Amino acid sequence: MPAAKTIRAIGHRTINAVWRIGMATRFFFLILMYSGSSFRRFHLIIKELFSTGVMSLIIIVVAGLFVGMVLGLQGYETLKRYGSESALGVMVALGLVRELGPVVAALLFASRAGSAMTAEIGLMKATEQISAMEMMAVHPIARIVAPRFWAGIISMPLLAALFSAVGVFGGYFVGVVQIGVDEGSFWAQMQAAVDFEHDILNGVIKSFVFGTAVTVIALFEGYDAPPTAEGVSGATTRTVVTSSLAILMLDFILTAMMFGGS
Amino acid sequence: MSASNLVEIRDLNFTYDKRPVLQGINMNFPKGKLIAIMGLSGCGKTTLLRLIGGALIPTKGYVKVDGQNIHELNQDGLYDMRRKMGMLFQFGALFTDMSVYDNVAFQMREHTDLPEELIHDLVLMKLHAVGLRGTHNLMPSELSGGMARRVALARTVSLDPMLIMYDEPFAGLDPISLTVVGDLIRRLNDALGATSIVVTHDVQESLKIVDYVYFMANGVIVAEGTPDEIRASDRDFVHQFVHGEMDGPVPFHYPGGNYRQDLNLQA
Repeated sequence: MPAAKTIRAIGHRTINAVWRIGMATRFFFLILMYSGSSFRRFHLIIKELFSTGVMSLIIIVVAGLFVGMVLGLQGYETLKRYGSESALGVMVALGLVRELGPVVAALLFASRAGSAMTAEIGLMKATEQISAMEMMAVHPIARIVAPRFWAGIISMPLLAALFSAVGVFGGYFVGVVQIGVDEGSFWAQMQAAVDFEHDILNGVIKSFVFGTAVTVIALFEGYDAPPTAEGVSGATTRTVVTSSLAILMLDFILTAMMFGGS
Repeated sequence: MSASNLVEIRDLNFTYDKRPVLQGINMNFPKGKLIAIMGLSGCGKTTLLRLIGGALIPTKGYVKVDGQNIHELNQDGLYDMRRKMGMLFQFGALFTDMSVYDNVAFQMREHTDLPEELIHDLVLMKLHAVGLRGTHNLMPSELSGGMARRVALARTVSLDPMLIMYDEPFAGLDPISLTVVGDLIRRLNDALGATSIVVTHDVQESLKIVDYVYFMANGVIVAEGTPDEIRASDRDFVHQFVHGEMDGPVPFHYPGGNYRQDLNLQA
């Protein structure tokens, strides 16, 4: 009976998905529970900040610069039609601070740092390092997972802010230096139109939420990976795919809550 | 529980995914002794070790370590007990992001308030005991398989455990490393006054160093005795295993269908 088989397969996948969401939620609460002991080992968080944050700097800065430059070009072309080229600075800044900064930085963070976290923890599991730690009476969530979680949470808003800042300079370079938009109105209109609470703070909240989502997904996938080469590779792929979808979905929800109808 | 036994296992059953892995296991591990659990791959030896360490929960029966039922302990109690245990994993399971020194110092830093100067001396003493003091600055990726196993052994005994468990400590070692590791297991057990459990299928090396042997097959104990009794055993399974014979109670062929039919030949 192919129909019965299909229904059974759909049911199996649904139950599996619900089960994994439950496990991931429990995992998230365990991380919070063991965070106290990871703060007592703050040097571990510093070490992870280096590998997740500092090591992501180059990709963030380069991507931010190019995204800003493209925004400068596209923005100028559009604004010119309405004779509003002087508002280029506002467009670039709002586009970056509200949307592109948090979203693109989070997507890059998921691909660069998230996949590395999953692969590292998955391989630690496959080589019995996590079992060894448990047998030494050290909880792996406190020692391995929680420091990475907090490093992800701390680095994500900083990376997004840096992305936006570099992007603004990219827009400035194309708009002001290359095309010749008036420098004074570029900066002055940006300063007048970008609101700290409404724009910048909301962008920071977004990047904080994205950082939490990406880090939890990456850590859970690594911790839950079957201890084989195929298992770790599948988990790494799932981290990038699930994180990216989660970022875009959360972005819509947050944007609707923050800016919808205003 | 007898006062002379550090570990006592009674009527232990373990089922995984509806498949019985261990059935009715009874074992004693007297204090100060080095005991081997031998058997074919997949017979449940490693599962038994994980049950003793409290990493798995039995379906029936119990494991008592130092008088306490390991599976009735809460997490704090289990972790307190694990601080008195050491386990050497099959391929060492060294932390790959830490140097040899930091691997050996790991438990001292996590579980004690010893000053770093004292930890330094203790780590070098532990590494000296396994003959690898000169490797303390190396990373695990720079060690050979035998050296990694010895560093892992130094890490395992870093807090002088009362119970040391070894999961296939001889797997994949060259003959010299095999003798070195075997000798270290015996000497460390005696020097620390610990009790050791070695899960292995390396008959010749194990029989040289252990005090007692349990033989397992298909999740049950099929034979037990001292190394001399095992060598002299006339039981078919033990004889085949000890002498490494191809055929016997353990068949060469995995059960399958009719060979001629599989090859599509006419009868």
